[in-house]
Amino acid sequence: MSRLAVRKTYKLYVGGAFVRSESGRYDRAADFNVPRASRKDVRDAVAAARKAAGPWAARTAYNRGQILYRAAEALESRAGEFGVPRAELDAAIDAFVHYAGWTDKLAPVLGGVNPVAAPFLSFSVPEPTGVVGLVAPDEPSLLGLVAELAPPLAAGNAVVAVLSEAAPLAGLDLGEVLGVSDVPAGVVNLLSGRRGELAPALAAHPGLNALVDAAGDAELATQLDRLAAESVTRVRHTAASATYADAVRDPLARLEAVTELKTAWHPVGA
Amino acid sequence: MAPADTRTRIVWDYAPAPESADHVRLRSRYGLFIDGDFRDPVDGVRVDSINPATEEPVAEVAQAGEADLRAAIGAAREAQPRWAALDGLERGKYLFRIARLIQERARELAVVESMDGGKPVRESRDVDVPLAAAHFFHYAGWADKLSFGVGGRPATPLGVAAQIVPWNFPLLMAAWKLAPALACGNTAVLKPAETTPLTALLLAELCQEAELPAGVVQIVPGDGSVGAALVRRPGIDKVAFTGSTVVGKDIQAALAGRGVPLTLELGGKSANIVFEDAALDQAVEGIVNGIFFNQGHVCCAGSRLLVQESVADTVITKLWERMGRLRLGDPLDKNTDVGAINSAEQLARIRALVAAGEEEGASRRSVACELPDRGWWFEPTLFTEVAPAHRIAVEEIFGPVASVLTFRTQAEAIEKANNSTYGLAAGIWTDKGAKAFEVASALQAGVVWQNTYNHFDSSAAFGGYKESGFGREGGPAGLRPYLRVG
Repeated sequence: MSRLAVRKTYKLYVGGAFVRSESGRYDRAADFNVPRASRKDVRDAVAAARKAAGPWAARTAYNRGQILYRAAEALESRAGEFGVPRAELDAAIDAFVHYAGWTDKLAPVLGGVNPVAAPFLSFSVPEPTGVVGLVAPDEPSLLGLVAELAPPLAAGNAVVAVLSEAAPLAGLDLGEVLGVSDVPAGVVNLLSGRRGELAPALAAHPGLNALVDAAGDAELATQLDRLAAESVTRVRHTAASATYADAVRDPLARLEAVTELKTAWHPVGA
Repeated sequence: MAPADTRTRIVWDYAPAPESADHVRLRSRYGLFIDGDFRDPVDGVRVDSINPATEEPVAEVAQAGEADLRAAIGAAREAQPRWAALDGLERGKYLFRIARLIQERARELAVVESMDGGKPVRESRDVDVPLAAAHFFHYAGWADKLSFGVGGRPATPLGVAAQIVPWNFPLLMAAWKLAPALACGNTAVLKPAETTPLTALLLAELCQEAELPAGVVQIVPGDGSVGAALVRRPGIDKVAFTGSTVVGKDIQAALAGRGVPLTLELGGKSANIVFEDAALDQAVEGIVNGIFFNQGHVCCAGSRLLVQESVADTVITKLWERMGRLRLGDPLDKNTDVGAINSAEQLARIRALVAAGEEEGASRRSVACELPDRGWWFEPTLFTEVAPAHRIAVEEIFGPVASVLTFRTQAEAIEKANNSTYGLAAGIWTDKGAKAFEVASALQAGVVWQNTYNHFDSSAAFGGYKESGFGREGGPAGLRPYLRVG
């Protein structure tokens, strides 16, 4: 008797759990049923991210770096499970390694002691902005996501990502990798579905601090800009990363877009 | 109005010490500063700039129309490549010249600032003008070191910067905008606020005196509609705005899809947290400086006072007593602590929010000082029994009005402080170092002051979290918004 294969049920990744869309809707992708997330799923994901953002930001940079490096390790070991070209997968792994190394470099590069003309120890430090929305490009479905996901995580943010609409499976598979990489629940939330429905809901959400848009759709970009303005959400539009070199081009710009600089003044002497 | 028995009387025990305005070289009328010269508006209008302490005109000023804005942007575009191509050292030397000229004409600038805007001359003289000079001096030195300020990346200017500044620190905000933009090789079209254009126009004269190449700086006064038109015009490569959150959101939306980099420095409702272990007399001085500095017309004003319950009565008593000694009146008097409210419109806004505070059940007391017959004034005011949901605890009043809330634990203080859509600044009063570092790190605010407040420095980044805006001004972080990097 031939053995009947155990098929995979693809689910959204929200708050550390693998869940169906609350809407019950599905799309077909590569012979799989893929959940079509709703606006309500976006709100749930932002709520999960908000809850996770503070504790994630409070982790030490060293700890966050190790967790991102572990994501690279886990991705490497599961390389066979991703339906993307090996070169793309390698680039995604290397991008995690690159940004894992940024966690404890960001503060000295972007911040420092301010030589103020008064008896104070004044210093400026980058802090995560909080919750970052990410609109991933259609292609490449894995690297295009990882190139924009790793920087905000390295900077200490929680992320809600709208995955490639055309090819969502690699992104959903990545959720399963991150779920076993010590990434705390809610720090990464992954939604598959219609970009035109999910991205505006994400941009308009007042609980979002920053938005990274790599979809490459000019009309959508204008719409997202307008919605983000309602709560002064920081927006960065960027081209999809097709190679490792793209993914690490001006890494500092990617990190700056999801950080806030805090200046503290502490008295020196009486 | 508050019941009479809660008001104290101010004892006017200082002789008047008015600053002389003899040395001020102010013209009776100013044109638009475009392409190196003052010119008449093509389609703009002429209006008087009013002294808010007397309601008398100080000078007549041109406001820009659409054609004027087009000309200003055109001049800036024309001048930009040559300005950017200048050797960084040479570009910096122009800024050093401007810094020096501000210092040389400091007294004059301070007097005009106080006449035009109503702020006490002690503040214009000791804060606004010296900090403006320092800002030009700081960024002058960056002009030939730009890559070092952006993490070693190659750095090129963006092009033409459209800059809009508010009326609370007119010259200082113009300096905050122009100095980094110019140092980075951009040219600028700067719109001062409707009610306070004069020191920006004096700064234009200083640019002439410094022999700054024509077209590098344009000064185009106007009201909000001129600013709205400016950011919507083609030909600009950067927008920087300081002002209200409402207008900031409008500008952000107006730039949707245009890919024009934006910096916003918006409103605040900053928490000033007094712990029970603070040196309370020092804290009271800091509270006064935090909220009554510049009549509370400060985006980072410490308008939400959070006081630990165990010392709340003491702090309120001391604060009220100290408020009674504030001297309100002639901005040109060197002993004045609280000057005039910048405009009738702003006064109406303050009155409306204070009325809302009373209606919502907070307890109001205002210092019973005699207000001058003419001009726009508001008595230093303290609200106690304020609930976190009251409008006076949530909305920016932008006036000399403090709201007191209390807390029991450090965690509660942090939670209350962060419970705001804003995140510009915060103050912490405690003598415990480890606690101060912990609280400072937990506050969602762009600037956190321990045992001081409203302290600024050209080398220290300033800017907000959340709806207080994005981008930074001051220090190397202030270069980034004016450069293309990588």
